Amino acid sequence: MDEIPYTVKPHPLSGLYSGKLGIWLFLASEVMLFGALFSSYILLRVGSDSWPVGSELLNIPLAMLNTFILIISSVTVVLGWASLKLGEHGKAKMYLWVTVLLAFGFLIVKGFEYGAKFSHHISPATNNFYATYFTMTGLHGLHIVGGIAVFVYLLTSGSKLLEENPEHYTNRIECAGLYWHFVDLVWIFLFPALYLL
Amino acid sequence: MAETAEEIREHSKVYIKILIALLALTLLTVAVSYQDFGSVYASVFVGLLIATIKGSLVACYFMHLIDEQKIIYWVLGIAVFFFTVLMAVPYLTDSNSVFNR
Repeated sequence: MDEIPYTVKPHPLSGLYSGKLGIWLFLASEVMLFGALFSSYILLRVGSDSWPVGSELLNIPLAMLNTFILIISSVTVVLGWASLKLGEHGKAKMYLWVTVLLAFGFLIVKGFEYGAKFSHHISPATNNFYATYFTMTGLHGLHIVGGIAVFVYLLTSGSKLLEENPEHYTNRIECAGLYWHFVDLVWIFLFPALYLL
Repeated sequence: MAETAEEIREHSKVYIKILIALLALTLLTVAVSYQDFGSVYASVFVGLLIATIKGSLVACYFMHLIDEQKIIYWVLGIAVFFFTVLMAVPYLTDSNSVFNR
């Protein structure tokens, strides 16, 4: 079987290896996915006679903790990628495992937040505010789960590639990292939009 | 994009500085949300302005958009254009909108 071309060396036309162009096209589609949700949120909010203040209903300290967790995890990913570029493989894996732990930390905190709501019989069916809150944070949470799956794969069975072709492996981590930064970016806007404003 | 080992080490120091800036801006986001700016629209503007600064830092430095290939700017430019259209949709509707009251 023929090898997939330009997995390591840049394509002469784009100047990028194929995976990187692919992940950016995927992220562009993700912009539209979350854009549609933000647009719906604005439409529901401005069209409503009254809209609850997020800070009075949601847990700000927990959401702020999750913001810190995601920002730190973005740094650990980029430091992991930088370590791979420097050939420091052990250090890179350490940074990436820390990222996975932080991602689980985010989900645990989110679980406490959701648990508190469900225990008070609050669900997406309660009102439009909670419908948007659960839909947007839920979809974002699914993206966190997806990120965990990718990093765990790259750190376990997928890590064989690191020995065979370190440059190709580094490129894969870069693509996973770009996805992870995007997930962080979405949360940076979700946090004030839902919790604070 | 970083090339030499020296450049990558320099960039790693920048990542830590960006981390500190992002954490500080998060605290600022929460602090300003408790301030009374006179109207909801002013509060939304300030909150989203800080979020935009934070998002730009992540995109420029962690995602390396500050120094990328032209084709990526085109891909993102098209996405941002249609994103802007989506954001304008609520303003273009006239069904029970607060903008028509």
